Amino acid sequence: MNHWIIAPVILPAMLAPFIVLAMRHDLGLQRIFSTLGTAALVAISAGLLVMSHGNPPETYFLGNWDAPFGIVLVLDKLAATMVLLTAVLALMVQLYAIGSGWDARGKHFHALFQFQLMGVCGAFLTGDAFNLFVFFEVLLIASYGLMIHGGGGARLKAGVQYVAYNLLGSTLFLFALATIYATTGTLNMADLAVKAGQLAAEDAALLRVGAVLLLLVFAVKGALVPLQFWLPATYALAPGPVAALFAIMTKVGAYAVIRFYTLIFPDGATSTGMLYSELLMPAALVTLALGAVGVLGASGLARQVAFAGIASMGTLFIAVAAFTPQGIAAALYYAVHSTIATALLFLVVDLVRARRDSDTLDSTLPRFGQSGLLAALFFGGAIAMAGMPPLSGFLGKLLVMDATRGDQMALIWGVILVSSLLIVVGFARAGSTVFWKCHAVSEPAEPQSRPDLLAFAMVFAMLAALVGLTLAAGPLMGWFDTVAEELFARSPYIDSVLAPREE
Amino acid sequence: MELLVASAIGLMTACGIYLMLRQRSFPVIVGLAMITYAVNVFLFASGRLTLGLPPILRDDAAGYTDPLPQALVLTAIVISFGMTAVIVMMALGAFLDTGSDKMDLDDDRAEDPEARK
Repeated sequence: MNHWIIAPVILPAMLAPFIVLAMRHDLGLQRIFSTLGTAALVAISAGLLVMSHGNPPETYFLGNWDAPFGIVLVLDKLAATMVLLTAVLALMVQLYAIGSGWDARGKHFHALFQFQLMGVCGAFLTGDAFNLFVFFEVLLIASYGLMIHGGGGARLKAGVQYVAYNLLGSTLFLFALATIYATTGTLNMADLAVKAGQLAAEDAALLRVGAVLLLLVFAVKGALVPLQFWLPATYALAPGPVAALFAIMTKVGAYAVIRFYTLIFPDGATSTGMLYSELLMPAALVTLALGAVGVLGASGLARQVAFAGIASMGTLFIAVAAFTPQGIAAALYYAVHSTIATALLFLVVDLVRARRDSDTLDSTLPRFGQSGLLAALFFGGAIAMAGMPPLSGFLGKLLVMDATRGDQMALIWGVILVSSLLIVVGFARAGSTVFWKCHAVSEPAEPQSRPDLLAFAMVFAMLAALVGLTLAAGPLMGWFDTVAEELFARSPYIDSVLAPREE
Repeated sequence: MELLVASAIGLMTACGIYLMLRQRSFPVIVGLAMITYAVNVFLFASGRLTLGLPPILRDDAAGYTDPLPQALVLTAIVISFGMTAVIVMMALGAFLDTGSDKMDLDDDRAEDPEARK
């Protein structure tokens, strides 16, 4: 049994209370320890990724209880990829928060940040459906704290809405799990995969109810229409770096959909049939369209980026709904791209907000410091988000479109292409209003005392990551193809959990 | 007994959903609490309803009651309790900061007291 598998959960779980208890009053120490912890997380997750390469999925039995009686963590290629993505994003966001001084505007930023990482990594690694619920709650309760970091009436109000919405989501999750447990008698994912296949036809209806409830829960997480209402206000009013970190949270929803509907309820299974692709595809198309219209109509930059995030989730779910290995591979590439692109744009918007005191699309405000540099960064992020060449969004959309050839091609391609155009128009309008028209208004405002170098460096690092993602698209797609292959084979995962162990 | 438990879950869920759709934060939180109670009972019932049976299978026992849902429901209770405390504190903070306990966000008008009329 390889103990490194649990390290991405244990490390932040230990670090966070340590930060709260031992260095509550010393922000400098908090920054050092928290950054070191996140850097160690990057190293560990990179190691795990290397370990998962070429090997079958590996299982960690908590308390050494045999599956399906104990809780298991499973490291397969998908989990390793997502954990590494989380760690890298977290490191960049954390350094940005330090550079921009966000972590000093309230208490316990770093502790909450680590708890958030614990929840996200745990959700990716766990092989138990109820444990997934618990990790969802861990990441949610940390996100509640992060969301209202810095305070303010509007933010608190959006926070209450966000919490209420997610509490309802958690309740639905419990309803779903109870229904599934009542029909199959297990909550271990690998065991569920076996039991769901053997279920008698008369019990299938109840399992289907549970499966659709689960889809609703993941749709809440992944901001899929019609359950996306929480996202725009939450992301727009959350502190910039927190919104950037939240870019990974919607991916947790997408991850869970991929995991459950390749492993437990594969397409064409006797109990659930073609249900998911039939439900998921229309919802994904509407999500994409709604996100694009939102980008066009949003009144502020942050809200616009939030809607662009919804649109990218739509694109992602279109690729997932194809439910082919090719579709899943494209979805994974697009997930990595959209996580970084969304985070990048939120950070740029945060820098603009810090200089302009407002993110409304209002051309009467004066010029602000470093507006040229920020305009260039916004331009880069918008290109990536809208899916224009030369950045990875273009490749991602191309892959998604390539994976959805077939009967519905005209509809899907039409929605993707038209929505891309709308997003381009929306961002072009916002960019010219905020960055160009202000030059006509008045004298340039006093430049900021000192550009926060670390914050800018991190934004550039994200842009560089997008460029890297574009240049390395070939090898990366090769990797994602093997990830998708492993998911669709199913038996390696099930065997690694349920096969008898030699001691 | 099944009828009683089932109708209790249904009634609590219905009340919870009704309250959640209200405009002010207090009824919404009470509604959330109601739904959590409903789901806790529902989780409990997922191990089948039995009376007076031991939770562990033994050779001399006539039957057993499934212990796992009880562990699950305990976790769910603890989590929902914590979450309710968090949302109460946040709702209180929002009320004290903005002077209104409405759940909806009309953010364009919120900043402009003139437009609120």
